[in-house]
Amino acid sequence: MDNFWDIKAREIMQSFTEDKNYEKWKETVLNPWNKKTGYKDKTMENSSAMPVKELYTAGDLPRDASERIGYPGEYPFTRGIYPNMYRGRNWTMRMFSGFGTPDDTNKRLKYLIENGETGLSIAFDMPTLYGYDCDSSRAEGEVGKCGVNVSSLYDMERIFDGIDLSKVSTSMTINAPAAILTAMYFVLAEKKGIPLEKISGTVQADILKEYIAQKEWMYPPETHLRLIRDMLVYSTEHVPKWNYISVSGYHIREAGSSAVQELAFTLADGFYYIEMGINAGLKVDDFAPRTSFFFNSSINFFEEIAKFRAARRIWATVLKEKYHAKNPKSMALKFHTQTSGYTLTWQQPLNNIVRTTIEAMAAVLGGTQSLHTNSYDEAWALPTDDAVKVALRTQQIIAEETGITDVIDPLGGSYYLERLTCEMEIEAYKYFSEIEKMGGILEAVKSGYLQKEIADTSYKKQLKIERGDDIIVGVNKYVDRDEKPINTLKITDVAEKGQINSLENVKKNRDQSKVSRSLEELHKAMEDDRINLMPYIMECVRNYCTLEEISNVGREIFGEWKEPKIY
Amino acid sequence: MWGGRYSVSGKSQKYTEAPIKILLAKPAIDGHDRGIFVLAKAFRDAGMDVIYAGLLPTPEEVVDTAINEDVDVIALSLLNGAHMTAFRNVMEILKKRGVNDIAVVGGGIIPDEDKPALERMGITGNFGPGTPLNIIIDHIKARAREIRKLRENEY
Repeated sequence: MDNFWDIKAREIMQSFTEDKNYEKWKETVLNPWNKKTGYKDKTMENSSAMPVKELYTAGDLPRDASERIGYPGEYPFTRGIYPNMYRGRNWTMRMFSGFGTPDDTNKRLKYLIENGETGLSIAFDMPTLYGYDCDSSRAEGEVGKCGVNVSSLYDMERIFDGIDLSKVSTSMTINAPAAILTAMYFVLAEKKGIPLEKISGTVQADILKEYIAQKEWMYPPETHLRLIRDMLVYSTEHVPKWNYISVSGYHIREAGSSAVQELAFTLADGFYYIEMGINAGLKVDDFAPRTSFFFNSSINFFEEIAKFRAARRIWATVLKEKYHAKNPKSMALKFHTQTSGYTLTWQQPLNNIVRTTIEAMAAVLGGTQSLHTNSYDEAWALPTDDAVKVALRTQQIIAEETGITDVIDPLGGSYYLERLTCEMEIEAYKYFSEIEKMGGILEAVKSGYLQKEIADTSYKKQLKIERGDDIIVGVNKYVDRDEKPINTLKITDVAEKGQINSLENVKKNRDQSKVSRSLEELHKAMEDDRINLMPYIMECVRNYCTLEEISNVGREIFGEWKEPKIY
Repeated sequence: MWGGRYSVSGKSQKYTEAPIKILLAKPAIDGHDRGIFVLAKAFRDAGMDVIYAGLLPTPEEVVDTAINEDVDVIALSLLNGAHMTAFRNVMEILKKRGVNDIAVVGGGIIPDEDKPALERMGITGNFGPGTPLNIIIDHIKARAREIRKLRENEY
């Protein structure tokens, strides 16, 4: 029996026609030419192992191309989710930032705002991402190294010191302890006297992706999923402009997946969260419009653009046909994009500016809602002020100088792009079908299936590079013998010492009885799956319980998680 | 089976021909495991006996596993900037337990200026991104040969 996904894949496949003139052209024009010039044609493929033809023609469009492509701002949203796209308003320039202490990060955020950034995006350090305080033995040597350290509400207060939360939208890249950091942000708004209805932003909170790719978790999947459900329900009721999730393909791609795997696994995660909301008793149109996505933009230009367009069309189709959404906003997939960190090379780092530019153009031509451009020095360390400024300027040049934003979806209708978009869709539907046959995405994650798929793709890619089949300029071709070191940002251990001291002060000055009481109440609430934990976590945060103290409540009840063996 | 140092008894010739046993580990809190899986597969394809310590092991756990599994080489990798702390901790624990016949190699995002200090601790290689796999594999083979020679003299 065919499932929903098999049927959808077949629909697209059956819509393809044949172009007899193309075969004739090959036979009578191309092949003789190749023979005459001594050119030996070779088969080429993209990162998703899809064969790429030498030429695409009208025959590559599906028979019902005009419906599948549609118009901007309406179903199936292939050409973008807004009617006028960037003619009306540019995408949000949202640089992912955070390092050292909250004060260091506060300075960087203000620097970016002064330079024209339009949204904030916070990167947390490893201890924070794993729910440990800065003074934990697990955190030794890591405080502030990969992002900003947050151990209590006090740190959040310093990050946003002098920044008006009612005027900026903030994105927080946090997953395992997402509910705690979200609670901190909500409580911070409350303390600044800003009603929760007025704050806007996004929390990543995509735990399925963590098990699949980024591997930053605290508890078994079910516990984290329950916390995400509670955030979803709480924000639906109290924080209407808050995107409760950013379903993330970015890390899946960075972990080594192909474009198609990124597309398929991310959307499969997205469908799970939709079902979770429905199972929690919400109506799909009450929360689906606040589901947001986060994709990678890598270096294979057309493949990336096709991926973004396919993502929108699949989401629209599935929300309408499978989850019976009525509101077009539920069907419109909005997404943030980050250029690929993996494609940045340690060798000849200035080349990374070029890579990032091309990837940023793919994101814009793919219709992104917000964009982070990587800095050229990021294969070395977190970016310096100078490097981050060039990265931001890259976006501004694309937006203001190139004319790319003058026309809505300028590549729509390209034979190659439209065909590739359809092929991406088909391959994604095949993966959805496969995952469903395995018992759903959660089962696929627990069995290690998705992780293995990604690791296999990554290894194949590496072997191609080793053989020289895939060229990386400056790495396996056009190599420089004497490279000069570049300036990099250094995070000293001063950040760690400073954070530990400040945490000690927080602990000294808080009301200990309130701390213990709120933690106990959270403990009790956690044991009952029907209780929404957000108000309990917010109460802990208000009383300056630390990130680790709050995280440990779950660790005590649910234990930790060991990944399945995948190699 | 060959591969355990205590199973060697005057048959050092064969011992040196046994597959190199290597432990791959990220001794801190760092989920970026793309590279380590590529290495695991590459080392296995190069004929090594590969063990992966899994995510988030403490330096103690890394050393415990290395000793229990009787490996020739520990390959440490970090991309989170904590290598100067985490790698050093592994070396100190090895020293404290009197282990001097396991080679330790490193890799990840390691700035050039940190390399001399790591070398002084006894961690060699310290390969950055973009290093061809065969260079890493050759280095590991050379280190494993040294270690096995050392063990032959010991036992």
